[in-house]
Amino acid sequence: MHEDHSTPMAVLNIMYDVGAKDEDPKRTGFAHLFEHLMFGGSRNIEDFETPLQMAGGENNAYTSNDVTNYYIQLPAENLETAFWLESDRMLSLAFSEKSLEVQRKVVVEEFKEHYINKPYGDAWFKMREMAYKVHPYRWMTIGKELSHIETAKLQDVKDFFFKHYRPVNAILVVGGHVKAEQVRQLAEKWFGDIPAGEKYVRHIPDEPAQKEARREEVRAKVPLDALYKCWHMDNRLDHGYYVADLITEVLGGGGSSRLYQRLVKEKQLFSHIECYHFGTVDKGLLTIEGKLVKGVKMADAENAINEELEKLKQDGISEKELTKIKNKTEATIAFEDMSVLTRANNLAFYELLGDVSLFNSDRDKYFSVTGEDILNYSRKIFNPNNSNTLCYYSEN
Amino acid sequence: MLNRTIAPPITDPVAFDIHLPACKKYTLSNGIEVFALDMGTEETLMVNWVFYAGNWYETKKAIASATNYLLKNGTSKRSAFEINEHFEYYGAYLNRACYNETSELTLHALNKHINELLPVVAELVQDSVFPQQEIDIYAQNSQQRLKVNLQKSEFVAGRLIDAYLFGENHPYGTYINLEDYAAVQRADVQTFFDKYYRNGRCVIFTAGKLPKDLIESLEKHFGHLPLKGRTAQAETINHPLQPATQKKFEVINDPNGVQSAIRIARPFPNRLHPDFQKVMVLNNVLGGFFGSRLMGNIREDKGYTYGIYSYLMNFTSESGWMISTEAGRDVTAATIKEIYSELQGLRDEEVDEEELMMTRNYMIGSILGDLDGPFQVIGRWKNMILNGVDENYFDRSVHIIKTITARELQELANKYLQPEAFYELVVI
Repeated sequence: MHEDHSTPMAVLNIMYDVGAKDEDPKRTGFAHLFEHLMFGGSRNIEDFETPLQMAGGENNAYTSNDVTNYYIQLPAENLETAFWLESDRMLSLAFSEKSLEVQRKVVVEEFKEHYINKPYGDAWFKMREMAYKVHPYRWMTIGKELSHIETAKLQDVKDFFFKHYRPVNAILVVGGHVKAEQVRQLAEKWFGDIPAGEKYVRHIPDEPAQKEARREEVRAKVPLDALYKCWHMDNRLDHGYYVADLITEVLGGGGSSRLYQRLVKEKQLFSHIECYHFGTVDKGLLTIEGKLVKGVKMADAENAINEELEKLKQDGISEKELTKIKNKTEATIAFEDMSVLTRANNLAFYELLGDVSLFNSDRDKYFSVTGEDILNYSRKIFNPNNSNTLCYYSEN
Repeated sequence: MLNRTIAPPITDPVAFDIHLPACKKYTLSNGIEVFALDMGTEETLMVNWVFYAGNWYETKKAIASATNYLLKNGTSKRSAFEINEHFEYYGAYLNRACYNETSELTLHALNKHINELLPVVAELVQDSVFPQQEIDIYAQNSQQRLKVNLQKSEFVAGRLIDAYLFGENHPYGTYINLEDYAAVQRADVQTFFDKYYRNGRCVIFTAGKLPKDLIESLEKHFGHLPLKGRTAQAETINHPLQPATQKKFEVINDPNGVQSAIRIARPFPNRLHPDFQKVMVLNNVLGGFFGSRLMGNIREDKGYTYGIYSYLMNFTSESGWMISTEAGRDVTAATIKEIYSELQGLRDEEVDEEELMMTRNYMIGSILGDLDGPFQVIGRWKNMILNGVDENYFDRSVHIIKTITARELQELANKYLQPEAFYELVVI
């Protein structure tokens, strides 16, 4: 519950502790397809959207490898409509054959739009399979292949719902122009009588430490060569996560970052380069991705990246760089905090990680990172044996 | 167990009395207007400098966008790296964007750093030097980015449909080709900068929890520059519309493409036309939100696409009414047929009371939700000011949403949704 009376709106956010990592490897993409089906009618409400729009509300949802999140924003006066809609679909879906049939097609089109009909659209399918041999992060949220989505059955949908969409696996956050007591009453009224269900306990194996460098080459009809490299990093709650996050800023955050300045501006080897990670709960991937200037050799481009990493491992970063990335982190958090919706979403995510108070303490963890930490962590992860490299060659 | 077949009562959002929070106007010594909105709880602010320096004013393609992009790439005192480092050191974002009439610089920063940042923005708009090497890198990397984009059917479709509606030589319809980047000359950029930035017409929008001395700081750093106010006298440049004479187009961009980018669009008058705000409501019924007819039929019933929308284009002197989707290649013809049948439905029958009420409530709820952040509110003021509509535009819009009748909507549909008025483009 998060009161904020500076807005006339209320937000209701439900995060389910289920993501693509909980899928059967033979039925990937299911968590995301299921998210679509959550809009196909519930036991007592045939149509989710119409009553919400009638109440002046908007909603959306997303699925990641870790979580599935649903959110509604509407005028605070009509908060109860959101409780009604969300609780009924938590009680039970309508499980309509027609909805499954249509949403299978919609998701197939989504797959085509984002991953097939797009240059380099398959790069991350390949990267994930290279970097993860055991952990289910080895497939994308959208699914490993179209056939997994096309063959989904209504029985699969029912099983998934009763396994994962029980109150015991859900976190409800209500925010905005609301009162604590009112929220307590509404929550009890609408969610109180839904059987809690059985806690889903996941048994996901840790990805074993990578022992040797992995490489792959692809040739495709794209205009430019591209290079993708990634290294395994720590999980969301580890100190290393915060260090890795700041390392991506040093290397790829903005026009004064190291990779941009050295490789795009000075050496002109890349026309575009970025450094990021995926913010995953389990051990994630720190990534550098770039498009080569036409005519530049892949080996030269890769060596130049390695040189920058070596420099970081030798000398660490300057005081000025450290201040810069912390100032940037401070500003990013302040701008994020401007939106009630983002705050509600973050509260749910921290609770899912195990402790909602991380919302406040998380930022201190960033500010406590030292230059020494960055030096040591660079040495640890930028080890060639921890690296995965995809050379994506243009056939054009 | 609770009886969930009964919906909780709602207050119809149409009953809400909503107003756009007021913004204050200041005028700096040189005539630059500053529109300021003090609102919000975080110690953050946004300052947005708008120059009349869009592609409307260029005499050679790509010059306006190149000049805008390169504003951050060197002054007589600082290199591109030093400029970036300065803003990033203070955790600030300085973005630039080039549109048709205008182009912009936008600063997002924490309040406590603003006085370190404003003088450097002033330096950029007065003293950019456009080093040749920066221009070369820009041209090379822009060409490469364009090559990648040209492989995307939706990108190609977006360019072509604008060209059909307004003409390839009109600022709204023109698009940049690979060779245009190569032809960007330093002298052209310098001349454009001198005329449209250094001595150009400018207006400032700012919002957030504004520092007390912000207007003083703006006066100090911008009030004495040779910039001019928005309404200062300027040359009038006319660009005649040259819409295509052919109405239907099909382009094969990628023979192996699995989807079609479909664009169906017609020219439409600008915001000053009395039908514009009314048609905003009709557009919502047609394809403006998830509960619209196009989305309901073509995505939620047929599953032909991941998404389909319609909208009125955000241009100043002319507009267009656009329907846009990416659909499975095998269902291209079926999708187009359904789009026209939705147009016909709106012409032939009145929208029923429930659907109209839902559209009204959704639109009001959406405006209300949009008014809770300072950046969104100033965005609405900016849109009104730059488009030259009067200050009652917002209230009138709310009034129209609340009161327009099904009959009026049907009349508008018959006036504007005639299939022969539309251009139709499929890019595979």
